Order: sequence, then structure tokens, then C-alpha cells
Amino acid sequence: MQSKNEMRMWFDARSVNEGFARVAVASFVAEMNPTLDEISDIKTAVSEAVTNAIIHGYERPEDKVLLSCVIEGDTVEIAVEDTGKGIPDIEKAMEPFYTTRPELERSGMGFSFMEAFMDEVQVSSAVGKGTSVRMRKKIGAQEG
Amino acid sequence: METYCELKDGYLLVHVPRELDHHRAGSLRMEADLLIDAYQVRKVVFDFSGTEFMDSSGIGVIIGRSRNMGYCGGEVTAQNLNERIRKIFMVSGLHKIVKTEGGVAGNTNRMEKNHAE
Repeated sequence: MQSKNEMRMWFDARSVNEGFARVAVASFVAEMNPTLDEISDIKTAVSEAVTNAIIHGYERPEDKVLLSCVIEGDTVEIAVEDTGKGIPDIEKAMEPFYTTRPELERSGMGFSFMEAFMDEVQVSSAVGKGTSVRMRKKIGAQEG
Repeated sequence: METYCELKDGYLLVHVPRELDHHRAGSLRMEADLLIDAYQVRKVVFDFSGTEFMDSSGIGVIIGRSRNMGYCGGEVTAQNLNERIRKIFMVSGLHKIVKTEGGVAGNTNRMEKNHAE
């Protein structure tokens, strides 16, 4: 069974939208019949990516975060994009516990969480242009 | 303003909200720190009975309080973790820093509420 479904949305870079974004994605993927665990994994990963865009990508809450989702068969691909500051050193940014905002008590675990809860995470970024995080997860692949 | 914290005899009980993300983290941290400073709290207990979601922002709040408590010889513990929160603790390694009631790896059934006084 090969089904395809796609959605795109954008919203203000306000922290209140972090919850909105993860719930929106969770409802969108509901048709794939994910387990509760899979839903929670996806919500956590989306929350991390969107929070990064809001905290690190942008300084103004009026800036927009773009969120898109493509379901293809049993796999969902989620992209979170901003047109903000960009990441100078992606490898460094993805290191566990690395954070550029210790004053906000960031744990530095955002990318680690995305990688732990999704099957694949790709980050591309250009300084001054923005960052795009693409994450894929196969639904129904979980053991136990 | 919503309040999350409750001063108990000898410790600060933090009722972690239903969803603890970056959006909620700021106000929770502010409230807890205010009380910790004002009442010289030396023990903080994070209660997750009502918590369904937590991401790395929540981890930041707990690690931060744990570090501050460490400076003054206090401690931070966590209780009533559901399966999801357990997973978050495990993946982040938080279970190595913060003592949890009943451990984190334990059985998957809902934990019994036997808060020792």
C-alpha cells in the first residue's frame, strides 16, 4: 500500500507555538496508525527542532518557522526550516551537551534527542541564511 | 500566573506541568529558584504524576536545579515517572544525575504511590 500525504505550515517564532507544532504533526501522522511511543518520539523530535529555530535561529518572534511533513507509505519525513542566523559549525552544534545558550540553561541535547527518536536526521545550514532540519521515521518499525 | 511549586516540610515539591517544554521551562525555573533562594531549600523533588510530555528543555531545568543544589550540599530527586518520562531520563542520561523513585529501568507498570515521609 503506497499512500502519500503532504502538509506545510508556517507560524511565528513564539515559544507558545512549540506545543502547537508538535500536536499538529502528531495529528497529521495519526493516519499511519503509529504506537503511542512512536507518536511521543515524533512529538519530542519536532519540539526540539522547532525550539532550536525559535531560540537559536531567530531573535524576533514575528519571524516565521516553516514546518512540513510528507507521509510516503510507512515513512514520515518532517522538515523544520528557518531563515535565521544559521549554524556556523553543524558538527559542533550536534555534539551532545554543546550549547551556545548556557545562560538559558539549554541542556545541549536537542540534536541528540532528534537523533535518538527519529531514524534519520539531516541538518543543512548557511550562516545568515537559515537552517533546515529534515527528519525521517519509519512507522511500525519498532521492536516490542 | 500558574504555580508549580509547593513548600513542604524540608523540601520543595515541584509539580511538573503536563507538558514541560521550552515554553513552560522559563516560568517553572523562575518560580522554583525564587522559593529555593527565599527559603534556603536544600532538597527539590520533581513530581511527574501529571506529566505527559517533556523535551530537552525540561532536562535543562532539572540539571540546572541539580547543579545549584549540588553547590550547597542539597539534592534533587524525581518521582512518579511514567514510561515516557523514564525514556527521556534514560536517553538523556539524567537518571545518572538525579535519583528517581523506584529507579528508571524498573518494570513498566505504573508505580505505586508510596511516598515515604
